[in-house]
Amino acid sequence: MSAEEKTIVIVGAGQAGGWAAQTLRGEGFGGNIVLIGDEAHRPYERPPLSKSVLAGEALPETTRLQKPEAFDALNVDWRPRVSATRIDRSAKQLHLSGGNVVGYDKLILCTGGRARKPGIPGSELPGVFTLRNLDDAAALGAALAPDKRLLVIGGGWIGLEVAATTRRKGLDVTVVEAMQRLCERTVPPEISGYLQRLHVSNGVRVELGTGIERLAQGADGTGLIATLVDGRTLACDVVLAGIGLIANDELAREAGLQCEGGIVVDPQCRSSDPNILAAGDVAVWHCERAGRRMRLESWQNAQEQGIAAARSALGMAVNHQPLPWFWSDQYGINLQIFGMPAPEHHRVVRGDMESDSFVVFFLDAGKVVAALGPNAARDLRFARRLIERGASVDAGQLADLQIPMSKL
Amino acid sequence: MSEQQWTDAAAVDDVPADDVIAVLVGGNEVALYSVEGSVYATDNICTHGHARLCEGFLEGHEIECPLHQGKFDVRNGAPTCAPVTEAIRSYPVKIEGGRVFLSLG
Repeated sequence: MSAEEKTIVIVGAGQAGGWAAQTLRGEGFGGNIVLIGDEAHRPYERPPLSKSVLAGEALPETTRLQKPEAFDALNVDWRPRVSATRIDRSAKQLHLSGGNVVGYDKLILCTGGRARKPGIPGSELPGVFTLRNLDDAAALGAALAPDKRLLVIGGGWIGLEVAATTRRKGLDVTVVEAMQRLCERTVPPEISGYLQRLHVSNGVRVELGTGIERLAQGADGTGLIATLVDGRTLACDVVLAGIGLIANDELAREAGLQCEGGIVVDPQCRSSDPNILAAGDVAVWHCERAGRRMRLESWQNAQEQGIAAARSALGMAVNHQPLPWFWSDQYGINLQIFGMPAPEHHRVVRGDMESDSFVVFFLDAGKVVAALGPNAARDLRFARRLIERGASVDAGQLADLQIPMSKL
Repeated sequence: MSEQQWTDAAAVDDVPADDVIAVLVGGNEVALYSVEGSVYATDNICTHGHARLCEGFLEGHEIECPLHQGKFDVRNGAPTCAPVTEAIRSYPVKIEGGRVFLSLG
């Protein structure tokens, strides 16, 4: 699609939408690009929101995808504080809040998700937060004075990163996780154990296998009282719920597109309507490495699928099958995960898991299919190469610290 | 071009073949790369996430940032892979008497 009069509309001005716009221009698309964003901000990256931005160590503008002048140079019709309300597929038109309508030749849905709210009594009280966007980070950050007590509901990545950030500021922090271990959905048990030791040694109370039944105002009118399902109570001032993401797929669903907890797309990022594509947190697709349909809620996927969707919209050949890659920063430790570790994989440890730098490899039929570890970015980069090559590697050599990773 | 000021940054032998090191030059961290027998120099701090490129991964003439896998061409600092969109500053290099000299301009 190179004709000048064509219009590509992107719904969602987050990381995926921002990369889609950047890529369309980068690939030479000279038509109209309309970028609909319900926030006031130009596209930005979310990872610092639970870390440096929340800590007040980085300014919000440091998270932006492009400098304002570079964004302006893309010549995008950016509509901030506007949401899409309806897709008229037969007319190829998008209806917007405020009553405007824009026509499209291709529509790219990068609507992301919203933070799940705790469905318990008291969750609407002041002092109870979720964290998804820049405004959330500003509101939560303003509530986090060093003498406050923070309760984190959910021992996943957002909750743990906020716990680490706030603990370093001196807050009293408790993490309550309903499952029997931290980050149960994404890491094997020994890494859950590592994360738990890391947080406990930094003074965080970790409560596993329990949940919060209700929240109430403190008796003296200040603070909050959380009641656990086992009847215990916990006094706190601020509550952060990090209990997952709900895909913003309503727009697509109401337009009759196939959705399964997100918008179902193929490796070309096309939905069940070939003129409508989707990318980022909202997209569900068949991940070959995981062997199943899934959403990949990650910085990497938002970027790479946003790029892939833009190319696909232009008729270029794409096959979005990234090697999943994820990282988390907590207490100065950088933990990275490549691939999709699974319980059935054979594990090989390189280094000492009691230390703060080691690598765990996950082997399937003698091939490295995933790897993770704290403070091991360089070794993991070599591990990524092993995974990408699908090479068979001797487990003894992987574990042997005398053999540099570069030689494997 | 006016006469360049050259600053002694390191010994050539300090920069391992096909690898990267960081040196402090005039108060700034500079990354030195050795590729196919030539030495190149750029700022050491990535223009995207403020990671140190000396901890990155050098493959051919591309340095990959250790944090987010953005890439730069070490010869001119040009961004070659997302998420980096902004070039990193590169410095002219000359080798004399086994030393690496940089023109910091």
